[in-house]
Amino acid sequence: MAEYHLTTPLTDEDIAPLKSGDVVFLSGTIYTARDAAHKRLVDTLDRGEELPFDLKGAVVYYVGPTPPPPGRPIGSAGPTTSYRMDAYAPRLYSLGLKASIGKGRRNDEVKQALKDYTAVYFGGTGGAGALLSQKIKAAEIVAYEELGPEAIRKLTVEEFPVTVINDSHGGELYVTAKR
Amino acid sequence: MRTIERDTVVDAVAKLCIDANRYLPADVRRAFEAAQAKEDNPVAKEVFRQLLENADLAEKSGLPLCQDTGLAVLFVEVGEEVAVNGGLRDAINEGVRKGYADGFLRKSSCDPMTRANRGDNTPAIIHFDVVPGDTLKISFMAKGGGSENMSRVTMLAPSQGYEGIKDFILDRVAEAGPNPCPPILIGVGIGGTFENAAILSKKALLRELDDTHPDPETAAKEKELLQLVNDLGIGPMGLGGKTTCLAVKIAMAPVHIASLPLAVNIQCHSARHKEVTL
Repeated sequence: MAEYHLTTPLTDEDIAPLKSGDVVFLSGTIYTARDAAHKRLVDTLDRGEELPFDLKGAVVYYVGPTPPPPGRPIGSAGPTTSYRMDAYAPRLYSLGLKASIGKGRRNDEVKQALKDYTAVYFGGTGGAGALLSQKIKAAEIVAYEELGPEAIRKLTVEEFPVTVINDSHGGELYVTAKR
Repeated sequence: MRTIERDTVVDAVAKLCIDANRYLPADVRRAFEAAQAKEDNPVAKEVFRQLLENADLAEKSGLPLCQDTGLAVLFVEVGEEVAVNGGLRDAINEGVRKGYADGFLRKSSCDPMTRANRGDNTPAIIHFDVVPGDTLKISFMAKGGGSENMSRVTMLAPSQGYEGIKDFILDRVAEAGPNPCPPILIGVGIGGTFENAAILSKKALLRELDDTHPDPETAAKEKELLQLVNDLGIGPMGLGGKTTCLAVKIAMAPVHIASLPLAVNIQCHSARHKEVTL
């Protein structure tokens, strides 16, 4: 298991060496999107309109944070379960998304997309919302404010810790990790 | 008849919402520490280290333990000789509204079809039980969607018995895998009717992790099921290890001669709940 420190936007050269089980510390910009936001993104694409953020080299974090208490950019912010985004994810990967962050298994279509488009699926520690919040330095809503916790937020992160679950070569940590 | 003021209930429920989401229960902390010591897989050890650090940070910073602060599920034991000015159900919902606003907790309650967020995490899911006496016991549970989605109710045939129950539980946990934030807790409701089994399975999750079921045979089944689930090797966060589950809790009720309802309620590792008696 190797350790990487990567800065967004991510490139094929950043992604290709990553293997399932590797630990990555991400810095730069990541975008939050979960169930309702994904539906809107795909509806936007269906209408032939522009997305509210650039997918090229982007990282999407499946999270619905708690509201920020006074003096903080964001509240608790751990990963949500990813399979609910499986219906939308391959399309986003095909348009340049390089990584998603969540928890739990992905379906075969997502795993195939990771191979086809040199992309990865990262796992964060589920439930460690207070801890992961400390790695988020700034947050601003960029779309769908009316969705509340499901709005799309642009986060500035420093050394945000994730583990490669599915890599771009077909490797999956959930399969190999069982003792 | 004893009367409790509405504000007393509102404030008590608001405090339960905030405290349960912020402070890791002492029994869960003990279970994390014991599991961390037992794991020899470094990844599993690291997950427990992070979860313990997360609990310390939540306590210090006031941030919730997890961003999914859940739907508010309340089990309420209402004494036959107690009344609440202005109505108990309204007071509880107002307490949830206040707690989720004042505690900066996430509002997750939405319309099932339009998915429009209701904005205040109400209505709460409330289960009332009428009991003798003049007190009000309110137990709050923050139930997150990730673990709840992995829960199931099934109707077994009586002939399937304990073996059928065992197989269903193990299949459910294996299928859920890393999704519900393992190490999980498993609430098992056996008997009653379809809806009764589901409520039993959730209420069982209010028990202390390290208690023992009063019936020795049921206690033995809880222990056996815990071992079988941990033998699956899913491990913390599904990354392998000895600790897939922290506890299995069974609750049973008499049942129709034709039926064997079974509910498996999966709870995430932080098992946030708290109770108060007024």
